Parts: sequence; C-alpha cells; structure tokens
Amino acid sequence: MCLAAGVDFIDLDECARRGVVVANSGSVFSADVADHAVGLLIDVLRRVSAAERFVRRGLWPVQGGHPLGSKIGGRRVGIIGLGNIGSQIAKRLQALGCIVCYNSRTPKDSVPYRYFTNVHDLAVESDVLVVACALNKATRHIVGKDVLEALGKDGVVVNIGRGANVDQAELVRALKEGRIAGAGLDVFENEPGAPGELFCMDNVVMTPHVAVFTAESMSDLRDHVVANLEAFFSGQPLLTPVLPHSPVN
Amino acid sequence: MESLGVLLLRPLDTYLEQELDRRCRLLRLWDAPHDRRGEFLRAHALSIRAVVTGGGSGAGGDAELIDALPRLEIIVCYAVGFDHVDLTRCRERGVRVTNTPDVLTDDVADLAVGLAIDAPRRIPHADRYVRAGLWKANNGYYGLTNQFSGKRVGIIGLGRIGLAIAKRVEGFGCPRTRQQAYPNYTYLPTVVQLAAVSDGLVVACSPKEQSRGIVSREVIEALGPRGVLVNVGRGAHVDQPELVAALAEGRLGGAGLDVFEAESDVPQVLMALDNVVLAPHMGSGTRETRKAMADLVLANLEAHALSKPLLTPVV
Repeated sequence: MCLAAGVDFIDLDECARRGVVVANSGSVFSADVADHAVGLLIDVLRRVSAAERFVRRGLWPVQGGHPLGSKIGGRRVGIIGLGNIGSQIAKRLQALGCIVCYNSRTPKDSVPYRYFTNVHDLAVESDVLVVACALNKATRHIVGKDVLEALGKDGVVVNIGRGANVDQAELVRALKEGRIAGAGLDVFENEPGAPGELFCMDNVVMTPHVAVFTAESMSDLRDHVVANLEAFFSGQPLLTPVLPHSPVN
Repeated sequence: MESLGVLLLRPLDTYLEQELDRRCRLLRLWDAPHDRRGEFLRAHALSIRAVVTGGGSGAGGDAELIDALPRLEIIVCYAVGFDHVDLTRCRERGVRVTNTPDVLTDDVADLAVGLAIDAPRRIPHADRYVRAGLWKANNGYYGLTNQFSGKRVGIIGLGRIGLAIAKRVEGFGCPRTRQQAYPNYTYLPTVVQLAAVSDGLVVACSPKEQSRGIVSREVIEALGPRGVLVNVGRGAHVDQPELVAALAEGRLGGAGLDVFEAESDVPQVLMALDNVVLAPHMGSGTRETRKAMADLVLANLEAHALSKPLLTPVV
C-alpha cells in the first residue's frame, strides 16, 4: 500500500512476478496538489514570496514600491501530464483566465484543451510549463535543456511532479543566466534540500515537497488506506490498484 | 495638454512620470523637502490645474491640498480607490475626480486568490524555511498545512473585484460563495452571520465610510481559530489591533493582507507570525496593469484638457 500517488520507487514488474499487488493513494491528494501548483504559479508571476520578504525586512516604508509582477490572465499554460492532478490544475487555471494546453501519453477525448504530442512543442506555445506527470523512464528529465530553450526567457516552470522530471542542473543554469524568467518548485532531485544557487533569487519559489501535506488530505489518506486494506483482506478488488505500465499519476 | 500644469504627489510609475513630463508641465511635489512643501505649493499654486495621486490611505487629495491650489480643476487617481480624496471639498470647488476602475480588477482578484491559498497553505513561509536551510537541517520535516479547495469562502463586497474573486474560487470547488451587500449604516450584524458560515472571508469592498471597521472583533470571533481573513480592500475595513491580537493568540487561524491601516506601517507583531502573509499593497502590481492604469490617467487628463467627457469620472 503506497501512501503516495507516485510509485516510481516501487519495482512494479518484480511485484507482478511475485504476485504482490500494489495500491496507491489514487486521487486523494489531487485537489491539494493542484492548489499548491496554482499557488506556486501565482506566487512566481505575482512575486508574492519576494514581496513578503520585502515587507518582513522592513523595506516597504524605506523603498516604497516593490518590483512589479506579470499578469496571470491570458497566459498560456502547458501542463505536462493530464491525470487527476493535471486536470484539476487545468480547471483552476481556466478560472484564472489562463489558456490551457497539455502533453500526456495519449490525448484525452473529453477535454477542451489543445494537445501536443511532445513537450518541446508544448513549451514553444507556452508561457508557463507545469510538470504534473509521474516519474518513469520516459519522463525522467522530460524538461531539459531543449525544452527550457523552447520555453524561452519569459517562461516559467512549475514542478509538483518529481524532482527528476526536470534536469535540475540545467534549470539552475537557465535561471542564473536569465534564459528563463522564473520557477516554482515543490520537488528537487536530492531531497531534502534545494540548490543553494536559487536561495538569492526573487523569481524562484521553493517549498519542501509539501503539496500533499494538509491535515485534510492526511485524514482522507488514512481512510483510503484502510479501505484498500479492507478490500484486499476481504478478497475484493483494490480501490486504486497500480499495474506495471499503467498510466499512474 | 502641453500647457496643463500637473502636480504629481509622489513617484508612482516611471512610464507615467515620463509621459506626464513629455506631454504636460509636470511638477513633482517630492522635489521639495518635506518641511518646505507648503512653500513649494504656494510658489506654484497659480500654475497647478491638475493633481495626480496614487492610491491607499494617505495618498493625498485632502482638503488642505485642495485649498492650497486655487486653480485646481481635476484630481486624477492612479488607483481605483479614491477614499484619500476629499470628494465633498471637490464638489464644493467644482474639481473633477477620476480613478482607474476595471483595468485592475483581474489583478486584484488574482492576488486575493493567491493570498487565500497562501494563508492556509503557507507557501511564502515554506519558501523562507527552505531558504534558511531548515528543510535539510530538520531531515525533511515541515509539518501539515490546511486545505484551501472546497472551503466556504465569504466575500464582503460583490462589486467588480468581488465578483472576479467569486468566479475564481469556484474553480477550486469552493461552494457557491456568499455575498453580503451592506446597507447604509455602521453596525452590520449580517457580516457576522457571513463569517459564522465561512471558512475564509475575503474583504473586497470599496472604501466607503460605512465599511470602516466592518471586520470587527465579533466577525473575527465568528470566523474562529481555523478561519482565514484576506484583505485586498482597505486596512480601515478591519479592526487592525483586534486582528493582530486574534492572530497572535490563535483566535484566528491565518490571514493574507495586502493593505493596512497605515500604508507601509505593518505592525511588528504580524512580522513575527508564521500564519500571516504580508504584501505591500500590490493588488494591481503587474507591468501590464500599471501601464493600463497610467494610460487611463493620461487619457483622462487629455480629455479634461480638451474639454471632452472624462473617461472614468468619480465626481
């Protein structure tokens, strides 16, 4: 029973060989992760955390205005991975007036957003990239040098997937050199801890892998785990089984 | 409008200042030291026909200023709120007043939503935690925050900005948001009822005298220890000492504040709290919107100079 949506650290093939069934947290956290992703996006574009530091350092009375942010409405946001979480992010961003498009393993029939077959093309047409996909062989470093270049110097990356979905060293270089405009990151390649080079940057917001950790989600997770265990031990199908090669998000 | 003498009360925006300089006869009040401003006004009184102000409490446009400028014809606010302007004196003197509505509605609503998420989810606090090296030092520990989605959001003031906020929070599965239009008297029991049925309150009402202190001790108590208050209206809408005490004592769960009783004067007690997000009155603070506001200020001035109808008159 995996207490997470992501199962990248579980050898699903080996489990299948040994007859071990795997369940994950399903969509228990999805709303909270989506909220966090949108919160990071607003924070980076509107410089909320940077402005807070400005106020807390006592600079407001001294320096007057704080540097301006960027308008959110009308921004093109490319979501990488349109599963439970990605869909909820999309819904929230639409309410903020963003134009949503996406890349996923396969296009989803029932959604009104434009589909791109690869992340590079998605990045070309996006102002913001939101990483909301599972981590697997295909998605390791899915946001790398060429995608960052395609996103461009006014582009922003938000990552609530896994640190390894992004080539972190490349991202840090791009931020240092002004080749992208900013980043909102809840996940990193070597947790706990984030690259020190980012600590002085006002156009970056970093959180310590907390997107799921609300009191409400933890309570829902407890109920969900118990329900899966009860199902298993009574011979019923798992509520949220994970199979090898299944589109887990 | 090259001959129009315009007084700018404080630095607002580089683009606006450059355009005013280029297109009018611009005077900058801050060219004179604080204690010589009276002298400065007297020296230029006969040439000043227009004043440009910013927004927020203390932004200028009071009776004293109006009285010091006998040739004043118009006060142009680079803001949607005009509570800093003495409208009564303006009406008596026949001075027109304009503001910048609509162009900043979306930005203010976006910030309100950002603060509404940030207060329970503590994103700025978490960012400080990472930057201080505490995530690593505490072996990955951070702690739990509180959910935003699906919570009951009560909006005080359902004008342009309030409606834009309502539309946004519905995207987060927040139940149909409740609005409370307030009648024309000071004591408002129904805001207490709104607070009692809300997980979070967003203050988005326009700065009228009736809405002063609308978020009172009673309202804060009704909101309770898990409640969140977001204010993108005016600091004066909230009983600030009561708010500060409630946050410090845990009687209110959290707050996201873009405005304060005295602008730029944030109480020290708030600076020490982790359950508060503090922003420097930046509801309209995007490059795009500030340019749109500046263009509207210039368009109103030009219309006035050409005796055409003002675009966004208040008086």
